Amino acid sequence: MIVAERKPFEEIKELVKAYKKVLVAGCGTCVAVCLTGGEKEVDILKTELDMARRMENNPVELRGHTIERQCDREYLEAFDSMVGDFDAILSMACGAGIQFLAERFPQIPVLPAVNTTFIGVNQGIGWYEERCRSCSNCVLGDTGGICPVTMCAKGLYNGPCGGTNKGNCEISSDQPCAWFMIYERLEKQGRLDCITRFTPAQNWENQVPRTLIQPGYKKPEKQ
Amino acid sequence: MKSESKLEKILEAGHFAFTGELGPPRGANAEHVREKAKPLIGNVDMVNITDNQTAMVRMASWAAALIAIEEGLEPNYQMVCRDRNRLAMQADILGAYALGIKNMLCLSGDHQKFGDHPTAKGVFDIDSMQLVNMVKTMRDEGKFLGGADIDIPPKLFIGAAANPFAEPFEWRVHRLAKKVAAGADFIQTQCVFNMKKMREWIRRAVDMGLTEKTYILAGVTPMKSVGMAKYMASKVPGMDVPDEVIKRLQGAEKGKVADMGIEIACEQIQEFKEMKGVAGVHLMAIEWEHKVPEIAERAKVLPRPVV
Ligand code: SF4
Ligand code: SF4
Repeated sequence: MIVAERKPFEEIKELVKAYKKVLVAGCGTCVAVCLTGGEKEVDILKTELDMARRMENNPVELRGHTIERQCDREYLEAFDSMVGDFDAILSMACGAGIQFLAERFPQIPVLPAVNTTFIGVNQGIGWYEERCRSCSNCVLGDTGGICPVTMCAKGLYNGPCGGTNKGNCEISSDQPCAWFMIYERLEKQGRLDCITRFTPAQNWENQVPRTLIQPGYKKPEKQ
Repeated sequence: MKSESKLEKILEAGHFAFTGELGPPRGANAEHVREKAKPLIGNVDMVNITDNQTAMVRMASWAAALIAIEEGLEPNYQMVCRDRNRLAMQADILGAYALGIKNMLCLSGDHQKFGDHPTAKGVFDIDSMQLVNMVKTMRDEGKFLGGADIDIPPKLFIGAAANPFAEPFEWRVHRLAKKVAAGADFIQTQCVFNMKKMREWIRRAVDMGLTEKTYILAGVTPMKSVGMAKYMASKVPGMDVPDEVIKRLQGAEKGKVADMGIEIACEQIQEFKEMKGVAGVHLMAIEWEHKVPEIAERAKVLPRPVV
């Protein structure tokens, strides 16, 4: 899932300080699962903002609404009849959701309440870890299911580097060395040949906005 | 000959190579480079010019390498993957060769987190293995990484680093094999303190026939103090300093610790001269350039061959 972290309250307050009517838009998918931008978090943020603005004698009218997914038009529609009443939207979705919202309502400022952080896994309640940088060219088949782009601090394809330190990465003794793990796993699987081969320079495809159209589907004609 | 390197000539002729190191200054102080170069002249075959080492901004390694050439040294132009992408790398390689640089060392580079710009974006567009291969393709096929022809390819002698001590030890020699296959003409190892492990690593490299395909220069660093040894043992990632080295330094008479450090280094050099598969020594006398003449003298590697 996509993991995001709520922005510091002061930053959010600053972003919306000029607006009197703000719609706080939550998203019920990834950011809800990682306890950042779902219905509950929308309520909390609303309460915090409300109190802070009252204290400053600058009250704000707030409404919260959470939809299933802000990255999906089908659900965004729910906002259509609502946005006319507000002078800003504060979105708690990931960067993609925020942009889709901004694209749909170009006349209204759409502001981010979260920092989108990574694509990761749920290690425990409230504990998430990054696992993929969406490089468009997955090599997990050769690296024992451990991503060298994400898990190696230098993103090496022919690791480890000389700094690998008794199983840990040179950057910290709390960070396992990805290439040490890759070696260990492939060794146990008897597949070390996967990494004795030289991996040539990558064709970085995540340099421009990417589009995916599944077989059998097509992009609708521009109107 | 693959290149126009003096180091290559020395190694090809079967001489035991002896190379040094020079770290560029944190400023545009050319005089500083010349000062550091002086004690190296005539005492080493080639001098590594480090590239933003420990991720601290310094004078560009190609620029300091050109100053070294003016002083009469043969530089080994170090390049790390941390700071530039494939376009900048290839451009710098061409420029370096055009201005008289004949050797280069391809490295990953310490993580930017360690340096004075810890929030810089680490580039790592290609890794050190891919860099080795890129320089080889440029030199031998006269082609850029992108496939286009090069008008006058850079005839560089290509070096890479190896760390014989990092875990898993079993993997180390295979990684060396990979670098050799990628195109490394010579290898400079991490500073060696654990001779037992080094002997074993070299033995395996010899058994795999790797020392027939590449020249291995063993890294030697004289310890200046007990503090330095302890620091390297515990704080420097990938470094293996056995207790007996620390004990020997501790056992030295008062005021003679640095001398003991040099003594240990000279013993190592002596052993490397005899060790099958080792083609030379790379002396990393960190911020101790002025001691190089003394070390070279005591290690009996003088005079340096003229080729
Ligand atoms: S290689 Fe890593 S970054 Fe690329 S798609 Fe696979 S998991 Fe994601
Ligand atoms: S120590 Fe391991 S994880 Fe860290 S940068 Fe080097 S190879 Fe990558």
